Amino acid sequence: MQDEPTPIELTKAVADFLRNDITPLVSGHQAFKLRVAVNILDLVTRQLTQEEGGDAAEVERLRALLGMDGAVTDLNRALADRIAKGEVDFATPGLAEHLWATTMDKLAVDQPNYASYKRELGRGG
Amino acid sequence: MIEAELSRSVARWCKGATGVTGAAKLSGGASQETWRFDITHPDGPIGAILRRSPKGYGAAPTRAAGLAAEARLMQLAYEAGVPSPRVMHELTPDEELGTGFIMQRVEGETIARKILRDEEFAAARPLLARQIGAVLAGLHRLPQDKLPELRSRSGTQEISEFERDYRSLDWPKPVFELALRWLRDHDPGPSAETTLVHGDFRNGNLIIGADGVRAVLDWELAHLGDPMEDLGWVCVNSWRFGEIDKPVGGFGSREELFAGYEAAGREVDPSRVKFWEVMGTLRWGIMCGGMMQRFREGPDHSMERAMIGRRASETEIDLLRLLAPRGG
Repeated sequence: MQDEPTPIELTKAVADFLRNDITPLVSGHQAFKLRVAVNILDLVTRQLTQEEGGDAAEVERLRALLGMDGAVTDLNRALADRIAKGEVDFATPGLAEHLWATTMDKLAVDQPNYASYKRELGRGG
Repeated sequence: MIEAELSRSVARWCKGATGVTGAAKLSGGASQETWRFDITHPDGPIGAILRRSPKGYGAAPTRAAGLAAEARLMQLAYEAGVPSPRVMHELTPDEELGTGFIMQRVEGETIARKILRDEEFAAARPLLARQIGAVLAGLHRLPQDKLPELRSRSGTQEISEFERDYRSLDWPKPVFELALRWLRDHDPGPSAETTLVHGDFRNGNLIIGADGVRAVLDWELAHLGDPMEDLGWVCVNSWRFGEIDKPVGGFGSREELFAGYEAAGREVDPSRVKFWEVMGTLRWGIMCGGMMQRFREGPDHSMERAMIGRRASETEIDLLRLLAPRGG
């Protein structure tokens, strides 16, 4: 077990420093790059916070859909293969619900301000 | 210094020109650059743009039409009354500027978010969807016997190409698999008519002024194919920049786009447009994957490129909204 502060707390501290203390000091292209850097750290913080729970739920759904066990990457590969072979499609019970849940979890980390995501979140997640 | 070469160039073809000032690079990858500069002239400065591949970077990537074709297309568009900059000069080898061309600079805005938010464009915005329909109709009607040599691409070929690109990423994505399957199942086959297709006609590649569309830019993906491709691409959600209820670039409705196109004397096939919108959404998603790969393998190890890789999920939610919409 590693000591604390946690990676989430450390990453957040760096992001806050860049955002609050460095942003006022730079301009032009450097300011643009700094915004990208802060966005990356914010994304990493969201992933560190949400990934474990999201992946566990995704694995649960994939096991039920596919009738097999494995790591989240392997299960996604298996699902992609079955769709490519035409064995699974939107008519397959549970598939659309699974992909919606998985995609919403991804957007929550990648781009929580994306308009399509916010609209779908308003429908109840 | 590029101003020395540009000064020598303009002196040869621009009567009265005595030099250039204010040369600044606007954008550029390794193989293609865009510069702005002003030609010094007794009647007042002339705004100009240089598009070039620097020396040693003449070969175009496989999908690109090439700068010579771009220049030809922009000039044809200009002559036909399609909003386009006038091409002033095509570079020759002895000018030592590489390959490419110089065109008149059109004033206006290209940054999509500004066009969608700034007061300056408030009066133009409600007119743009219909106007874009008319511009596309003009573009699709450019005389085929005058076009430069261009690759020809059908929807069926595009599906295969995107599938190959996607598989080469080794990036299993169930939503992309479903989109590929949907495209194969809904492939409408060869279009009745083959025309010039711009290939990247969207909010971000248009110069907009208070009066509307002033110029169509970025012709490098021009090809021959189904004209409905351009109508689908301009509707891809990624180019609505948050205005998701206004499919045409965040400006207006498909109905307005179609009305503008049809008023200009051309026919719309809405089911083909939808097919190309799905294709376009997947296309941008796969391109995000390509960015991730280039970030990983270099040489462009930039943060921006890395972050575009994390935008593929935006196209996944948009594909789900298109192919498996939820009720309510």
